Amino acid sequence: MVIGLAHYLVVAAMLFTLGCFGIFVNRKNVIVILMSIELILLAVNINLVAFSTHLGDITGQIFALLVLTVAAAEAAIGLAILVVYFRNRGTIAVEDINVMKG
Amino acid sequence: MNSVVSPIPAFGPALPEILLAATALVLVLIGAFRGDGAKKLIDLIAIVALVVAGFLLAEGQGRVSTFNDAFVVDAFARVMKGLTLIGAIGAIILSSRFLSEEKIARFEYTILILLSTIGMMMMCSANELISLYLGVELQSLALYVVASIHRDNEKSAEAGLKYFVLGALSSGMLLYGMSLVYGFTGSVTYPTIAKAVAGAHGTGVMFGLVFIIAGLAFKMSVVPFHMWTPDVYEGAPTPVAAFFATAPKMAAIAMTTRILVDAFLPIVKDWQPILVFAAIASMGLGAFAAIGQNNIKRLMAYSSIANMGYALVGLASGTLAGVEGVVIFMAVYLAMTLGVFAVILAMQQGGQRFETISDLAGAARNNPGLAFVMATLMFSLIGIPPLGGFFGKFYVFAAAIEAKLFALAVIGILASVVSAFYYLRIIKVMYFDAPAPAFGRAAPEIRAVMWAMTAFILLFAIVANPVRTIAASAAKSLF
Repeated sequence: MVIGLAHYLVVAAMLFTLGCFGIFVNRKNVIVILMSIELILLAVNINLVAFSTHLGDITGQIFALLVLTVAAAEAAIGLAILVVYFRNRGTIAVEDINVMKG
Repeated sequence: MNSVVSPIPAFGPALPEILLAATALVLVLIGAFRGDGAKKLIDLIAIVALVVAGFLLAEGQGRVSTFNDAFVVDAFARVMKGLTLIGAIGAIILSSRFLSEEKIARFEYTILILLSTIGMMMMCSANELISLYLGVELQSLALYVVASIHRDNEKSAEAGLKYFVLGALSSGMLLYGMSLVYGFTGSVTYPTIAKAVAGAHGTGVMFGLVFIIAGLAFKMSVVPFHMWTPDVYEGAPTPVAAFFATAPKMAAIAMTTRILVDAFLPIVKDWQPILVFAAIASMGLGAFAAIGQNNIKRLMAYSSIANMGYALVGLASGTLAGVEGVVIFMAVYLAMTLGVFAVILAMQQGGQRFETISDLAGAARNNPGLAFVMATLMFSLIGIPPLGGFFGKFYVFAAAIEAKLFALAVIGILASVVSAFYYLRIIKVMYFDAPAPAFGRAAPEIRAVMWAMTAFILLFAIVANPVRTIAASAAKSLF
């Protein structure tokens, strides 16, 4: 079997869906949400690199590199905010993020 | 690219951004050496840099692009960047005293505002998906931190966390959409995408477009992606909420307009229904959900959701008149929002701050000036002529009717009537209820912002023509 563009796209779509579900269904831990966000960005990278190879165009790979860079910055800021939150509340359970409502 | 790509791109068009970036770096150094004590100096330098950047912008003429056409400066970009800069300057002016009184005057605050402003200016100028994404992220990453700047406060930390999670998710969706559009059109630059979608295109592009619009809707805080707005406005310190309500909205509307018009105009029939739905849902939710609110910041959050709905009405028409209406509407919205937040900041007495509508009771007797300003802004938000808010709404609805979106215009006006209820309630509380304790005299810079914005709104009818000319030339530069 030849592994073509469609296979990569399907894998990326699955990872993306998993990431989205991870954010919405998960009720336990904010760290899992951070991991889900990474999953989404990785799905995008698979897409970009697969398209780049398929089209024979380098732009997609450059885009993927930039996404990687931004993802690292995003994770750092996310963890920092999480630490601030934990210092205030002493918990990082998703269901406890409810000081403000309605 | 038919000719040889020059090894060093022209930096001229990006001069305002480069200036701001350099200033931010210098300010980091000043902050590192002098600590939080240098906050006042840093604020001053930042404001001067923002003003100078504004003048540099105003200097430019015509349409120039650089960095391999990734970054374009035209009349539209100049106007929207100008509005963004005004929002940022307003936020810094309003924040200075508040932050030191709340003992959160960290020098990073101003630098983060500067960095996010650079991101927003990139969003206004982005002419391809990569620079758009980098602009969005530069803006968002700084804003996440700004939202949780009051780090010892439960609400602020929660606001930052919520904003971060939802913002990162929205960036992910935006990015996924971009990857699909790149894959199925073979390019990331808007003109090439426009050429590709004008011909035969598959469902892949449509999927990408929907994901991109979803991501953009998050940044504009448009229904169904608005959930973060009320919590972030309430939880973040008030000047931060004022910033969130003004500058990022200008940039988000600008980037949405540019991508929809420059890249996806050939398939306007495909994205128009999405925008119509989002506009109706935003106006409806903004009108009804705000009724039960007692916290003014929360109320303003719903009000901003509704207002983004009105802006989308103009955008949904996908015409020259629509974009022109959006530009006018955003300018008026900026003035009204800055004014209202200045009033909220003025609601204090001996170090204690008030945020609920009932605290405004009888303000007309104790603080007539403040009550007058608030009443004017509320009438303007309702859209009563001859105040500025009327003109903003008039032009977007006129564009919608011109584009034969009658249902959208009618629903928009109905939602506007419903929202009049809660705006009028504030006026009623201020003018007819038994007085609550009076507020202290507001700081001079807060009063200055309050009165400047009110004057602009009151006298908008006089400047309506020049504003319209500017908006028209901005819109024309896109089509």
